[in-house]
Amino acid sequence: MRLNSIKLPHFNRAAESRSTELRLPPKVIISMSQHGGVPCKPVVQVGDDVKTGQLIGDSDAVMSAPIYSSVTGKVTGKTEIINIFGKIHEALIIETVPNQVMSEDIAPPVINSREDLIAAVKKSGLVGLGGAGFPTHIKLSYDLKINEVDTLIVNGAECEPYITSDYRTFIEDGDRVIEGMLLIMKHLNIPKAVIGIESDKPEAVMNMTKLAERYDNITVSALPPRYPQGAEKVLVYNITGRTIGKGQFPVSVGCLVLNCSTIAFIGEYARTGIPLIKRRITVDGSIVNKPRNIIVPIGTRASDVVAAADVRVLPDRAYMGGPMMGQTFYDPDTPIMKYTNALLLFAETKENVQTACIRCGRCVSACSMGLVPTDIEHAFDKKDIEWLKQLHVELCMNCGACSYVCPAKRNISEKNQLAKLFLRENKQKK
Amino acid sequence: MPELLIEPSPHIRAKASTQKIMLNVLIALFPSVAAGTYIFGLRALVIVVLCATFCVIFEALFNVITKRPQTVSDLSAVVTGVLLGMNLPPSLPIYMAAIGCFAAIVVVKQFFGGIGQNFANPAITARIILMLSFGKYMTSWTVPFPYGKSAADAISSATPLASPEVMPSYLDMFLGNRAGCIGEVCIAALLLGGIYLIIRGIIEPLTPVCFIGTVALCAFIGGHDVPMQLMSGGLILGAFFMATDYATTPITRAGKVIFAIGCGLITSMIRFFGIYPEGVSFSILIMNILVPLIDRYVRPTPLGTKKKSSKEAAK
Repeated sequence: MRLNSIKLPHFNRAAESRSTELRLPPKVIISMSQHGGVPCKPVVQVGDDVKTGQLIGDSDAVMSAPIYSSVTGKVTGKTEIINIFGKIHEALIIETVPNQVMSEDIAPPVINSREDLIAAVKKSGLVGLGGAGFPTHIKLSYDLKINEVDTLIVNGAECEPYITSDYRTFIEDGDRVIEGMLLIMKHLNIPKAVIGIESDKPEAVMNMTKLAERYDNITVSALPPRYPQGAEKVLVYNITGRTIGKGQFPVSVGCLVLNCSTIAFIGEYARTGIPLIKRRITVDGSIVNKPRNIIVPIGTRASDVVAAADVRVLPDRAYMGGPMMGQTFYDPDTPIMKYTNALLLFAETKENVQTACIRCGRCVSACSMGLVPTDIEHAFDKKDIEWLKQLHVELCMNCGACSYVCPAKRNISEKNQLAKLFLRENKQKK
Repeated sequence: MPELLIEPSPHIRAKASTQKIMLNVLIALFPSVAAGTYIFGLRALVIVVLCATFCVIFEALFNVITKRPQTVSDLSAVVTGVLLGMNLPPSLPIYMAAIGCFAAIVVVKQFFGGIGQNFANPAITARIILMLSFGKYMTSWTVPFPYGKSAADAISSATPLASPEVMPSYLDMFLGNRAGCIGEVCIAALLLGGIYLIIRGIIEPLTPVCFIGTVALCAFIGGHDVPMQLMSGGLILGAFFMATDYATTPITRAGKVIFAIGCGLITSMIRFFGIYPEGVSFSILIMNILVPLIDRYVRPTPLGTKKKSSKEAAK
């Protein structure tokens, strides 16, 4: 049985642009919460001088990832930034100086065991670079007694329109992807690995196939370019045929799924020891004349990226992430986070005339989780808890496919999120 | 830089809209209306155009009187009007057509909440109401190509289903050279429109194939003339344009199959055993009523919620 999926336009105009470094921004804003889990506390004071790669935020909690300064400069103040989980957290403002120097603390990690690898990944401040921002060391420290992981899946599906930052990782840093994979496979004792890439990126498929040739246990799987191919549950199902149960994770069915840029970072970190302080993002959108991939310091403000981009007019809408799951923000000084893979800029007003649901069933045929979004909308509007539970709304991953296909232009996926929140709040009350 | 606009994801939408879907249905119905006009004369076109007009007026008035947002621009009332017009004999008095439009839009559609909320197909239900109220007029058929004939000569009481002795040839049936409702006689035009809807992704072939297939199978088992059964009455019109109505049919593919097979079985039973010569309208209406039940029990299994078989659980 095939999971439902939808066809999206690709708009991957930035695909063939080789990544370039953004010129040093005048200041960066670094949030203390750039990951799922416990936010960090600043370990530097306002007025301190910081060097590139210096630890500026940390936490004792396991479910957290340390934060490093992405630039050399002076901490000039504090502000507050909203993250993808909708929470507002403290952020440090660092004004840059022309003379950029690396912190002396940086040294390549020594990795000889599973524990070394997990500790190194935690120290690097790595989170899922594909967009979810889940601390990577948590993913790696699954319980060996419970989960027998036999397959490492490299998620390079990159199924959202516009974004090509993972594609550029395969083209530019393919070696690092393989190195990162070998490291993980060796120390976590995972016998085989599959690199999943959508088949409409033949150059990435070719490059990785060539690089993986020497390894019998690494294969490249060319996946149909359908949305949401890169969703963990969908990817695991399409590559291995294994179904991840409700409330379970990929490791429950023996798969460890990591984004390709995340793995490439592990490969790079093992060589240099430079923590996660910059990343590749795609800058595109209808007002961008020359779409491209750029490497930016974490904390670079969207307005600085726009200033460096070749835009026709100033945007009135901008998304961090893709057009399907990315988030809008109102403050143009909102910074690039660790998990931001694209900054998309638009200026047209959209005219979506909303009508009543016409029961066409397109949302049902679009949902890869097998949900009935139109019923969820009804159940939520009625605040019917039992019905919502029967409809398994918790499975919704907010991929947005239902809203995308809806001819009545209803915000169904938004309703799903509200319904999930409603169920959670109701559970807490009891 | 100015502040930016906030909105929920996804930020892009497919091109399809309610209005465009309805427009496509109208485009698909056009060949049949044109064929009906050619076969039965201008009166047929007048009926169809007036039905569409009445339906729009009734919907607009209803919205004004009940202080609801105006919905006529979604074109669904036009579709209902055209479909109802196509389901009427060309000689029907105009006021009866207007009563049908009132029943379709006000009683069947708006009283139940408007577009997407009605449980029964408005055009089908209105046709049945007219049939039960004005049986004589609803079964006075115009002979094909009545040009120059006197009024008395132009009226025939017989359709092929009612009186097999006036059976036209297969080719005449296919092209529409026979008595019947305005929009149901020309099979060629209906298929053209149906295929257009399938190509544009408005309907899935599942419903018409199962509906028509079931009637074919029943006719074959019962020893009836299969091609004649398929081409007569409102089967092709009903299967492509009425049994595929979004609001009044199941939402899942499996549900649509059950719905279509049910329509085929009921149509065959009425045709072969009932007192009415034709059963397409009744079959669709009866199955409309069963849709909530079908939708309740036939639903997709969400990923990872299937109960494990004992073998898997033992692992």
